[in-house]
Amino acid sequence: MNRLLVIIPAYNEASNIADVVLRVQKATDTLSNIRATVLVVNDGSTDNTSDCACTTGAVVLDLPYNLGIGGAVQCGFRYARDKKFDMAIQIDGDGQHDPSFIHKLISPLQEGTADMVIGSRFLNREGFQSTWLRRIGIRIFEWVNSAIIGQRITDNTSGFRAYNKQAIALLAEEYPSDYPEPEAVIVLGLRGFKICETPVVMRERQGGTSSIGSMSSVYYMAKVLLAIGVNVFKKQNQR
Amino acid sequence: MPELNTGVEIFRIQIIAVVGSLFIIGFIIELIRRKKLQERYALLWLVAGIVMIVLSIWRNGLDKLAHLLGVGYAPALLFLVALGFGLLMMIHFSVVISSLTERNKILAQEVALLKAELNKINDEFKKRSVN
Repeated sequence: MNRLLVIIPAYNEASNIADVVLRVQKATDTLSNIRATVLVVNDGSTDNTSDCACTTGAVVLDLPYNLGIGGAVQCGFRYARDKKFDMAIQIDGDGQHDPSFIHKLISPLQEGTADMVIGSRFLNREGFQSTWLRRIGIRIFEWVNSAIIGQRITDNTSGFRAYNKQAIALLAEEYPSDYPEPEAVIVLGLRGFKICETPVVMRERQGGTSSIGSMSSVYYMAKVLLAIGVNVFKKQNQR
Repeated sequence: MPELNTGVEIFRIQIIAVVGSLFIIGFIIELIRRKKLQERYALLWLVAGIVMIVLSIWRNGLDKLAHLLGVGYAPALLFLVALGFGLLMMIHFSVVISSLTERNKILAQEVALLKAELNKINDEFKKRSVN
């Protein structure tokens, strides 16, 4: 019996969160040989996200103030590490990600063919493909990241991903803060972790607002590319 | 006349620099005394103040140093040194803020984890006392 932790970072998602948790629970109940726990990390919401999540029976972590997506997800990794979970899945609290893909994300982990699995919306090009401006940014990450780690990753910004125990242990210690997704790929990739992608279908967000506003996309690109560059020159402990 | 004039100006800037530096040193020491500033963060300020005083009073040394660095107007070197210290201070603070932010994040995460653990224990305790 493998234990799976589903980490859902949530900031002011009171309108969706219960629905998202219930859909995740429904999807994970059908998994064979897996006991799943749903964890909502309430990132200092100002609405009643925490109460809404509690009614579903999910474990809720209440951060005392807003840390941003990176700090919230890392808190989930620390929980997974401390409670000795075998696998962790990260899924957005806004309903963009379809929990019925969870079994596809974890199967490479169970087979031992990957340490991290990213749900990519670009492999089969189905569903919501993001705005054209964002697609350009995502394409830049595809070139840069693939060149650095030598593994082709098409959807570096996807927040729908699965990790095994070794990846959890590393990310509980060091997970990027501000816009963590592309950087986390580098952190794991440079240490020789095997990363693979599986096609998923994403929807447009159902509520709430993106952590990346349209005005700050240039700042976002600059910040993340700098962080990726710094990562390349950091001392890495190969696994 | 112009020579006398520049002489007076330099004298004046010396006084201003000494008084300013003394004021900053006094202010920093007062802040430490009131426990509003930790010694480790005051050190750079005090060093800056002392260097400024030494350079202000010791005119000959300032002139020599200015000549060595190719600064034509010696008192301008005072501003350069002060600016350099200001820059150093800001970098120092950026480093301090970064490390505080990181520790703050870990602390918040620990609080959330402990709170969840405490809630769980409380619930179990309640259940047991009901039975």
